[in-house]
Amino acid sequence: MTKFSPTRRGFLAGSAALIIGAHLPVGGKMAAKAASGPISLNAFVRIAEDNTVTVIVKHIEFGQGPFTGFATLVAEELDADWSQMRAEHAPADTATYQNFAFGIQGTGASTAVRNAFTQMRQAGAAARSMLVQAAAREWGLPEDEITVAKGVVSHAASGNSAQFGELVAAAHDSTPPEEPKLKDPADFVLIGKDVPRLDSADKTTGAAQFTLDVYREGMLTVAVAHSPWIGGKVKSVNSAAALAIDGVEKVETIPTGVAVYAKNTYSAFKGRDALEIDWDLSEAETRSAEEQMEEVAAAAATGEGVVAETYGDLDAAFAGAAEVIEAEYRLPYLAHAPLEVMDGVIENRGDAAEIWMGSQMQTVDQQVTANILGIAPEQVAINTLMAGGSFGRRAQYDSQFAQELAQVAKAGGQGTFKLVWSRKDDIQGAYYRPQAVHRQRAALDETGRIIGWQDKFATESIMGGSAFEVVIQNGVDPFSVEGSIHKPYDFGAFEARWVRTDSKVPHLWWRSVGHSHTAFANEVFLDEVLQAKGKDPVAGRLELLGDKSPRDRKVLERVAEMANWQGVNGSDGKAYGVALHPSYDAHFAYIAEVSEVAGEPRVSKVWVAADVGIAINPDVVKAQIEGGLGYGLSAALFNEITFAEDGQVAQENFDSYRLLRIHEMPEVEIDLAVSSEKPGGIGEAGTPPIAPAVSNAWRVLKGQPVRRLPLVRA
Amino acid sequence: MTDLTINGKDVTLDVPGDTPLLWALRDDLRLTGTKFGCGIAQCGACTVMVDGMPVRSCVTPVEALEGSDIITIEALEGPEADAVRKAWVDIDVPQCGYCQSGQIIAAAALLTEIPNPTDEDIDFAMAGNACRCATYVRIRKAIHNAAKMLET
Amino acid sequence: MNFIKRAAALTVAALLAQFTADGTAAAQEVNGLKTAEAFEGIAPEEARSAAIFGEMAKVITHPRCMNCHPVNSGPLQGDERKPHSPPVPRTEDNFGVVAMRCTTCHGEENRPFLGESGSVPGNGHWQLAPASMGWVGMTVPEICAQLKDPERNGGRTMAEVAHHMGHDSLVGWAWTPGEGRTPAPGTWEAFAELAENWVETGAACPG
Repeated sequence: MTKFSPTRRGFLAGSAALIIGAHLPVGGKMAAKAASGPISLNAFVRIAEDNTVTVIVKHIEFGQGPFTGFATLVAEELDADWSQMRAEHAPADTATYQNFAFGIQGTGASTAVRNAFTQMRQAGAAARSMLVQAAAREWGLPEDEITVAKGVVSHAASGNSAQFGELVAAAHDSTPPEEPKLKDPADFVLIGKDVPRLDSADKTTGAAQFTLDVYREGMLTVAVAHSPWIGGKVKSVNSAAALAIDGVEKVETIPTGVAVYAKNTYSAFKGRDALEIDWDLSEAETRSAEEQMEEVAAAAATGEGVVAETYGDLDAAFAGAAEVIEAEYRLPYLAHAPLEVMDGVIENRGDAAEIWMGSQMQTVDQQVTANILGIAPEQVAINTLMAGGSFGRRAQYDSQFAQELAQVAKAGGQGTFKLVWSRKDDIQGAYYRPQAVHRQRAALDETGRIIGWQDKFATESIMGGSAFEVVIQNGVDPFSVEGSIHKPYDFGAFEARWVRTDSKVPHLWWRSVGHSHTAFANEVFLDEVLQAKGKDPVAGRLELLGDKSPRDRKVLERVAEMANWQGVNGSDGKAYGVALHPSYDAHFAYIAEVSEVAGEPRVSKVWVAADVGIAINPDVVKAQIEGGLGYGLSAALFNEITFAEDGQVAQENFDSYRLLRIHEMPEVEIDLAVSSEKPGGIGEAGTPPIAPAVSNAWRVLKGQPVRRLPLVRA
Repeated sequence: MTDLTINGKDVTLDVPGDTPLLWALRDDLRLTGTKFGCGIAQCGACTVMVDGMPVRSCVTPVEALEGSDIITIEALEGPEADAVRKAWVDIDVPQCGYCQSGQIIAAAALLTEIPNPTDEDIDFAMAGNACRCATYVRIRKAIHNAAKMLET
Repeated sequence: MNFIKRAAALTVAALLAQFTADGTAAAQEVNGLKTAEAFEGIAPEEARSAAIFGEMAKVITHPRCMNCHPVNSGPLQGDERKPHSPPVPRTEDNFGVVAMRCTTCHGEENRPFLGESGSVPGNGHWQLAPASMGWVGMTVPEICAQLKDPERNGGRTMAEVAHHMGHDSLVGWAWTPGEGRTPAPGTWEAFAELAENWVETGAACPG
């Protein structure tokens, strides 16, 4: 039992909360301790005397649902009533709140539930045990006769019962269990059922607080003029006109551009417009989009690359092939374009700093801020706020945005600064999904069956040069090649060969990372090969799946059933495209119904069969599938970042970086397999299959192969 | 100086006349439910009601609003707004939630003029409100649900 | 910074136009549009009238005018004549749909964006031309015939057509379209004069 100092006890007596901390590796021993007061005492669960149970969530909420998901896991083991559950973001504290998949505090790669599934359940179970101990002491009854259900602790025989809040004071003397007992999944009452999201109501009234909504006393708003060329540096700046604008307080050159400090956003943007800047382009990317793309294509064609996966005798397969089919696929740079622009608030107190932002990688953000300000990381407090989308953008391997925020604070001196990007800053701010070129080759026997397959592709390393470089083994970056390896099909002989390219354009993970290009290049090529040999896209895939991938086989069979699959040609000018692509331990098959409207593909319906393992909140999973599909569809149809002849980014805003709108969103019918497999990631896995499914239908409609995205090019 | 009514209160805005209403609402009045998404009237996150009509506040200068009656998401009310909000929460429309203030204002305006909208009516009315999380399937369903609630 | 460069270029163009308009030798053309004076040498009045309309067509078929005279679609946008973004359908009142009226974004004047280059164009009665006055996809003679047809020109007399061209501020907007859009050729005054001369010479259409 944890001992507290008298002072602490005194504080506790007056406090209204029980805090249950649990910091342990998944599956390890529980080291929970009772405490109270501020949540910096390693806490995941806080119970207040008003009966509310607040789950401290170590992952940022930007719509993908960790608030609701983690609250579900805790409530399940705590036997809480859903109406008493609340959630809030954890502070930056790597030791307590690390993501077990990363070893640092951060969100990404659809790891939230996967890394904390057991941890959060243990936190809930520990809290439950401590409440039961408290009740047993209060009532003088044995613990094993006490039950908990829907937020009520009770003893049937004696008729005693108490709400959680009534036991908070007594629970401070409870001992956290060494190994909290977890429920048998058969007894789950919340996991796998639909509960209302915790954050919906505030998002309908304007009450939900995002970083842009943070206003602090004496705060200055800062806009930074960035180079119109990626990699350009400030050579000289004339800020006289900017300083003459009412409200502009000062102008400072920082490593990424010129910062205008002003009393409000209007003055900051006006001041920025008035700057006259000469840019030093010696380190900048000044080539056109085509030049850059041709470089990647040349690397795919002539680079040697490294083998990411191989099996069978590929040379023999191609040497003995009755026919070889080849094709090249190109994918563009993509911006993430979350609707809330990059923004952050920082208070520079000299020997300490406090940040308010949608931090997706708290550990790195904290470290780089400390380095720039010359203070210790512990002196940097981060308040994580809900973010208006991310899709990967708010986590940068080098904390690009936190760096700029810290530089603004450094140049600004002591005070509070809100850095707000404009949409142009976002669209032209690089950190794009890298370009990729895949050269596909298939060897076929006399019957038209695939007996060998090579996917040789060129793209940048996602993790190369980052803090996560350690994941690169034998020269292979798993995030660059994922989806081209471990494919569900059995090709007999196979090789995935990756040629690493480099670019001056900073790149980043983008919703579904490597899968965002590999699913397209592989599933479209496969469809072309099947079509060339007169095979049905569903039957042809099932033939290749064999017994290798039972979960993929099931979802493909299921989606064909849902769509009443009759082949690729529909009536009324409609065509149907199939794609199958597992990722993040989740298995997805899509069938897309596509027609042509005003010369563009219009997707009217998508059938989705999915097996994501245990779905904590099935409706949140469905929402993520709908959203991931729509996000991928926007990119597949419309999105690419290009560079003009002089090398400037050609897109500026949503007029040139076109967003999927409501009339372009298909009806989505989802069948979620009932599964007891471990939970898969759901934030990203819905994105990869939509581009190939739609492209495969579009090829049928137009009678032309689809070799390049987006389908609608400006 | 611009005199106008915001959420039922008389307000004098002492800001340069070309200040977009969006930033006057946020920076001066701390009405932060109205969001900044693009600044060029492409995304709809900044939608407010001006004299009963949805307007993009990011491209509406304060000087054009002398005597106008502004309602922001914080004060949007009435049977249509209530039905829309309830329908939104019932089926958990929002994901990140950032665009939803604008979506709800547009949806409430739609139902005020067209109590029982078709899918096409919804497409036209809501086409100016982008959602990067692509919650469109649920927006459509929630508008239909809200229309049903209003019938009874 | 782009804005400054662009604004400077426009100013220079305007100054040049002014200069050539003042010089007698170049008075027959202003800013890429021949003036009415340039057609005085054509003797047969009908031929002269048709030639004047041919010149007016440089303005009429310019994106500044065509974009709001679509036939089946909603408005077009920009110098590339792309479909309007966000999408707006044509409606009976030519004024958009609920939550997407013209005035949802467009005001009485052009409104420069804050912090971004470009502007939202505006005018006191910003709206689409009625469907009967759609021009997109039509030849110049077809547009001419339509302008003369009271069934399709809103019941206007030819004098009223010329007056619309010369005095409706929405037409005049084409020469002050705001940052990010190329103005129509010539000047509004020169175009107005052409329109008057065309009507005075019998409003003939090119063959």
